Amino acid sequence: MIRVQREDFEIGAELDALTRDNPGVGGLCSFVGLVRDLHPDARTPDSESGEGRVHGEVRAMTLEHYPGMTEKMLRRIDAEAHRRWPLEASLVIHRYGRMEPGERIVLVATASAHRQAAFESCQFLIDWLKTKAPFWKLEETPDGGCWVDARVGDDAAAARWGRDDWAAE
Amino acid sequence: MQILYFAWLKTHTGTGQETVDPPEQVRDVAGLLDWLAGRSEAHAKALRDRQAVRVAVNQEYARPSDPVQPGDEVALFPPVTGG
Repeated sequence: MIRVQREDFEIGAELDALTRDNPGVGGLCSFVGLVRDLHPDARTPDSESGEGRVHGEVRAMTLEHYPGMTEKMLRRIDAEAHRRWPLEASLVIHRYGRMEPGERIVLVATASAHRQAAFESCQFLIDWLKTKAPFWKLEETPDGGCWVDARVGDDAAAARWGRDDWAAE
Repeated sequence: MQILYFAWLKTHTGTGQETVDPPEQVRDVAGLLDWLAGRSEAHAKALRDRQAVRVAVNQEYARPSDPVQPGDEVALFPPVTGG
C-alpha cells in the first residue's frame, strides 16, 4: 500500500494497522526518514570525524513532488518488492509540503513470515524510492532557498538491487 | 503538448507548466529540449546542462531518443531527492 500526503503520520498506529488480523506475519521492519537540520554544504572536509560541523543551518524543508507520477512510481516499486520477497504486507507513506527539522518525511514498513525478507525488502524500498520517485527537497537556509542535489551514494545504494527497465538513470 | 517543470527547472524558467505547439521536426525528447531552450533566455539557462535534466513523457521516465508527439505530457526535472 502506498500513500502520498501532506499531513504527518503516527508510526505505531500505522504499524499496528499493517499487521492487524494477519497472524502469518512473524517479522515487521520499518524505516522512518526525518528532516535533518544540517545542510550538506555546511560540512567541513573533516566531515568523517564530525568536527567543525555547523548545525542549525536548515530551518525547514519543502518537499515538492509530481502528483500522478509519484503514485505510479511508488506503486511500481512496492509491486517489485512483493515480486522479489514473500511479503505479507507493506506500506510506504511519503509526505510533501513544508516540514521543520525533526519532522517525519517518509515511512517504509514491510512484514513477512521471517525477518530476512522484511529487512531486505525494507531497505530495497527506501533505496529505490530515493532514486526513482519524483520528489525534490528545497531547504530553507539563512541564505535563502536551496534545492538539494541528488547524492551519488544514493545511486550506488539503488544499484545494489539491480537495474530496472523503466527508470532512466 | 503540456510541459511541466519541477524544482529548480521551475525556478529558472519561471513557470510550472506551459502548453506548447512545437514544429513537426520535433520528434524526440532531445529535439524537444533543444526547441524549448530557444523559447527564452530563461529556458536556455535552465536547459544548459542537459545531464542535470531528467525527462518523463506521460509520467514515464524517458531517454533523449524517445519519441514525443502532440498531446503528450512532458515533465522536466532534476535528479530526484525524496526519502
